[in-house]
Amino acid sequence: MDVDQSKLESIIAQYDAQKGSLISILQDIQAEYSYLPVDALEYVSKEMDIPRVQVYGVATFFKAFSLKPKGRQQIQVCMGTACHVRGSKKVLEELERKLEIKAGDTTLDGEYTLETVNCVGACALGPVVVINDEYHGQMTPMKVESILSAK
Amino acid sequence: MKLTSIKELEDLRAQILADKDPDKPCITICGGTGCHASGCENVISAFKQGLETEGVSDRIDIRVTGCHGFCERGPIVIIFPQGIFYQKVAPEDAKEIINETVVNGKILDRLLYIDPITDEKKIHESDIPFYQKQKRMVLENNTLVDPTNIMDYLGVGGYSALAKVVNGMTPESVIEEINKSGLRGRGGGGFPTGRKWESTRNAAGDIKYVICNADEGDPGAYMDRSILEGDPHSVIEGMIIGAFAIGSSDGYIYVRNEYPLAVANLTIAIEQAREHGLLGKNILGSRFDFDISINRGGGAFVCGESTALMASLEGMPGEPRAKYIHTSEKGLWDRPSNLNNVETWANVPLIINKGADWYSSIGTQSSKGTKVFSLVGKINNTGLVEVPMGMTLREIIYDIGGGIPDDKEFKAVQTGGPSGGCIPEALLDLPVDYEQLTEAGSMMGSGGMIVMDEDTCMVDVARYFTNFLQEESCGKCVPCREGLLRMGEILTDITEGRGTMEQLSLIEDLSELLKDASLCALGTTAANPVMSTLKYFRNEYIAHIKDHKCPAGVCKELITYGIDPDKCTGCGACMKNCPSGAITGEKKQPHVLDTGKCIKCQICYDVCKFDAVTKE
Ligand SMILES: Cc1cc2nc3c(=O)[nH]c(=O)nc-3n(C[C@H](O)[C@H](O)[C@H](O)COP(=O)(O)O)c2cc1C
Repeated sequence: MDVDQSKLESIIAQYDAQKGSLISILQDIQAEYSYLPVDALEYVSKEMDIPRVQVYGVATFFKAFSLKPKGRQQIQVCMGTACHVRGSKKVLEELERKLEIKAGDTTLDGEYTLETVNCVGACALGPVVVINDEYHGQMTPMKVESILSAK
Repeated sequence: MKLTSIKELEDLRAQILADKDPDKPCITICGGTGCHASGCENVISAFKQGLETEGVSDRIDIRVTGCHGFCERGPIVIIFPQGIFYQKVAPEDAKEIINETVVNGKILDRLLYIDPITDEKKIHESDIPFYQKQKRMVLENNTLVDPTNIMDYLGVGGYSALAKVVNGMTPESVIEEINKSGLRGRGGGGFPTGRKWESTRNAAGDIKYVICNADEGDPGAYMDRSILEGDPHSVIEGMIIGAFAIGSSDGYIYVRNEYPLAVANLTIAIEQAREHGLLGKNILGSRFDFDISINRGGGAFVCGESTALMASLEGMPGEPRAKYIHTSEKGLWDRPSNLNNVETWANVPLIINKGADWYSSIGTQSSKGTKVFSLVGKINNTGLVEVPMGMTLREIIYDIGGGIPDDKEFKAVQTGGPSGGCIPEALLDLPVDYEQLTEAGSMMGSGGMIVMDEDTCMVDVARYFTNFLQEESCGKCVPCREGLLRMGEILTDITEGRGTMEQLSLIEDLSELLKDASLCALGTTAANPVMSTLKYFRNEYIAHIKDHKCPAGVCKELITYGIDPDKCTGCGACMKNCPSGAITGEKKQPHVLDTGKCIKCQICYDVCKFDAVTKE
């Protein structure tokens, strides 16, 4: 993927190129591209004078970052304790079957990325599935079909 | 308007109150995350539009607030001045509520909460059992203020604690007051807050930092999120007071990446506080400067740990360091730093306003004030509750939570998140108290309270937490990195029917090792979920190992599904929904399940209306 250097420049400038803002800068880049393109990481390392190993260290340490492109629809299945005891695993398994991918993967057509998250903080409504920031509460395997086709 | 003195603040407050007509109707709509998930956005716009089309927008106010706590009943709407509580409100209800309730004062029965035990309709929030036994101090403003409007916060007495502090209190007297109140950290450890402030104040150095831990990594908990979303100024005010006492002019709030609404509301609140001279240089005309910046976390549980959080604030991977040097001496950028949890900060203005004596009159000998819990899992009234310390778990679960749904048996309550443990029925009369919960093998933690019923497998729960921690372990120290991996393998063996009795003693050894040798509290407390379930539910472990059975019917490898021909009516629901084609049968004839093809997804079990699908 081509990265737009002027865009990266303005993101870095927003934080005055402060080294402590590396995580925020990577978050903004990820928000822009939905993942962290390798070229962008190289650029950040050079422009901010942070060793590559540290940029990669941060990019791979935090769950919020992805080095792989994501699908147009990002499905997050909450795996928090409240959702777990109410059966979130069964919901995830049904999604995996329906989409024919495993958690962490993207469908070949680039439409869906399926991920698990540790808690989205909507515990009262568990099990919760979030699709592109839209919450679906009290999920069951039976409801999976309808939330996928609702799109 | 920049306020340059306490008088100007009080004049502004008097003005806000004078402008407010207490009899003017106000429609309050919960805008918390739970209600968002239930579609409150459409309800809000329906009300806004309704007020326009009915031509009453100048006579009726509308206010979108933070979380009311009773998330399961959302979207929640309260009509003031009467305080009529409507639940599960849909956009279609808006017009009727405006015309009937707000204009004509008529109550719409169908939107009221019905007490499931007495079948009585409840009109006011305060009549509902879920709220009756609570003591909402920290969460109080959540139902009263629009978090995006500082005027609302000022109208309920906001920043009066700060005014009191800059108007004549010394840093020492502030610390003294916090010490006397008995406030302890709400983030998990329960360290006395005043003492922490004191050590940071006394540490050598000109530049000191004040940090708010809003990483809330505990899965199954959302107290901090709701405070930040619904009442961000109370946290900001607490931090300003703390900074004054400690001698700091730089603050940070480290917020979880998964909480966009909290970030948005905090950003607005900080800007408004700055505009009003409550943050920045010469706060309220004094010589005290302080400002706050927000940092978003990267989705790593370990970053809630104090030193990992500080590493992350420096732009480094969030790895903890050993604490032979305290963060109060060398924390962020190697300077004295004071870290407190969101709820801890939110308690500070209350203490300053009402006094340490009042505060310490609430609670038990060693645990003062209230605690917010996220009461979730297999419980009737799910939501956020705030109770005085010392209330028993039984009162919380049965009186406030309304007990277990579907007539199931209570099995355990999990507190303290991945560092905590599972408490059995026999200990339900334990009060909420730091020491007593720790003694029971759990801990207060940050406030997750997950209720489990007979359908929850305790070995599976232990495996769940162990896997969670193993994934979240940063990998810096060997005991945690390798120990949790092995612990997970053993628990997987047991849940899949390959476990041996020798492995139980291996688990106990590993637990000791994790406790003694890990670098940070993630590792030292990691065995708590395993040890507490092993202590109180050993029989379940043994059933898995010796009988190859999962008594709760959760562990897939140990259960088989079948169809009871006497009960099956041949309706075909299971066959139609089976994803693997394992069920066959003629219409109106008992169906048959081929266990060879069955993938144990449990869909047939859930769809069968006749209880004909069996699970063994
Ligand atoms: C692995 C781990 C995760 C933690 N996560 C959080 C958290 O999400 N929020 C929090 O306030 N404290 C968390 N803590 C506790 C903090 O280290 C620290 O004790 C607390 O923020 C101090 O504030 P308090 O004294 O006001 O409680 C965590 C600790 C550990 C070991």
